[in-house]
Amino acid sequence: MPEQITLSVNGRSVTVPQGATVAVAVAMAEAHCRNSVNGEPRTVLCGMGICFECRVQINSSLHQRSCQMLCSPGMQVRTDG
Amino acid sequence: MANARKHFDVLVVGGGPAGLAAAVSAAEHGARVGLVDDNPALGGQIWRAGVVGHGPGAARWIQRLEATGIEILCGTRVFDSPTQNSLHAEIESGLLELNYQKLVLATGARERFLPFPGWTIPNVMGAGALQALVKSGFPVSDKRVVVAGTGPLLLAVAAYLREHGAKIELICEQASLASLALFAVSILKLRDKITQGLSLRKELAGVRFVAGSWPVTAEGDGALTAVVVSHGQKLEKIACDFLACGFLLVPNTVLPALLGCRLQNGFVEVDRYQQTSVGGIYCAGEPTGIGGVDLSLIEGQVAGSAAAGHAEASRSLFGERRKLQRFSQALDRAFALRSELRGIALPETIVCRCEDVTYERLKPYTSWRNAKLQSRCGMGPCQGRVCGPATEFLLGWSPDSVRPPVFPVRVENLGAMVRDLVPQDSELLRGPQ
Repeated sequence: MPEQITLSVNGRSVTVPQGATVAVAVAMAEAHCRNSVNGEPRTVLCGMGICFECRVQINSSLHQRSCQMLCSPGMQVRTDG
Repeated sequence: MANARKHFDVLVVGGGPAGLAAAVSAAEHGARVGLVDDNPALGGQIWRAGVVGHGPGAARWIQRLEATGIEILCGTRVFDSPTQNSLHAEIESGLLELNYQKLVLATGARERFLPFPGWTIPNVMGAGALQALVKSGFPVSDKRVVVAGTGPLLLAVAAYLREHGAKIELICEQASLASLALFAVSILKLRDKITQGLSLRKELAGVRFVAGSWPVTAEGDGALTAVVVSHGQKLEKIACDFLACGFLLVPNTVLPALLGCRLQNGFVEVDRYQQTSVGGIYCAGEPTGIGGVDLSLIEGQVAGSAAAGHAEASRSLFGERRKLQRFSQALDRAFALRSELRGIALPETIVCRCEDVTYERLKPYTSWRNAKLQSRCGMGPCQGRVCGPATEFLLGWSPDSVRPPVFPVRVENLGAMVRDLVPQDSELLRGPQ
């Protein structure tokens, strides 16, 4: 079993295996990633850094593609939902 | 601003099978090689390491890679080519300038998505995307999944998800049973492909598979609850937690196009040595024709050896490549998209997800460029990578130009791009007085 790490998604604590992407943490927190320009909830579509639907805020950096970023202990993730 | 700069004999862009094979081949012939990829780890989509590490296929190549001292640059996103033999990439700490003598482009492919009512609801995602999520640690056990679209990838994804505990409710393949039968006959000579197919059949024993079937509506408020599929004459509604769909692969040709490489029918044109129309720039894998991992490995080796100046090593692989290209042609014929799929997008269905542009707002326009300018379709951060292939199928449009930056970049890196474009004494470069 890979080591487990804990981070925060919208203030909620989530534990994921080492090597998990931020998109996984967001899915496990049952949050969606962003609101579309008309306010619809959106999550991962392509899973490979192409579609930009999985954008979230990671620590102080906005518009990060959560499918291409790895979780690290204590990371603060904020989504639109 | 002091930029980081690196110089290589051979620079490879893309760390999937084609890129790994190219980098290893070039380095084993003595070239100083750099390998860049935008993901956190090597392997590309098919060989994604995730939380359990690389599988045996990838591990063999990565071992060879590590034995050669190739410089590996993950998390590196190429966005521009400021001058000949040079690329700009965004990295976490800023900007990286990559200089090369020879370049191998192994930029891979993405899934084609077709818009239908409800396809923007959370948990409707690409087949490859759901697999990537599970490889990256998402627990899928006991989740009900419908897999829909077309091509052999659907079966591979369904088998993978099932192995990880998902309940596969249905696999919908839009191709007819007749095309699938012809496909099976046409690949009879490719023993490896037959073995792979039979093993998938065993792994999917008991799973419901319907040919001539496609999704028409996804339902759910905030998250997916059900999908309605059409079996041609009749509709069926299936309750599920995830809809994993994909309608074949689309080559990633934006970077080759930016560098001036000629495209033909949407793919990068290459010669026998995988060299593009631009001297010194090679291309290998899916951008030259969708053919899967085995063909990508061969093409990567051909390109890498040729780029390192060892054409004789490339020539020994031509026979194998020809054989595998037949599989690629059989794929194209068997899984061609049926015309009924043009009818699944309704007038109010969103086509461009970045800008929420509906199908009816696109109908007055006659070209991609016109629609972009008037409706904002394709003007969002994905730069048309999702809606472009969809409108190509729905409306017959094709993108007509590529401009840097080929991915959205941070403003300070955009600044570096502007500095390269304007004269050094321009007022644009002067800060506030």
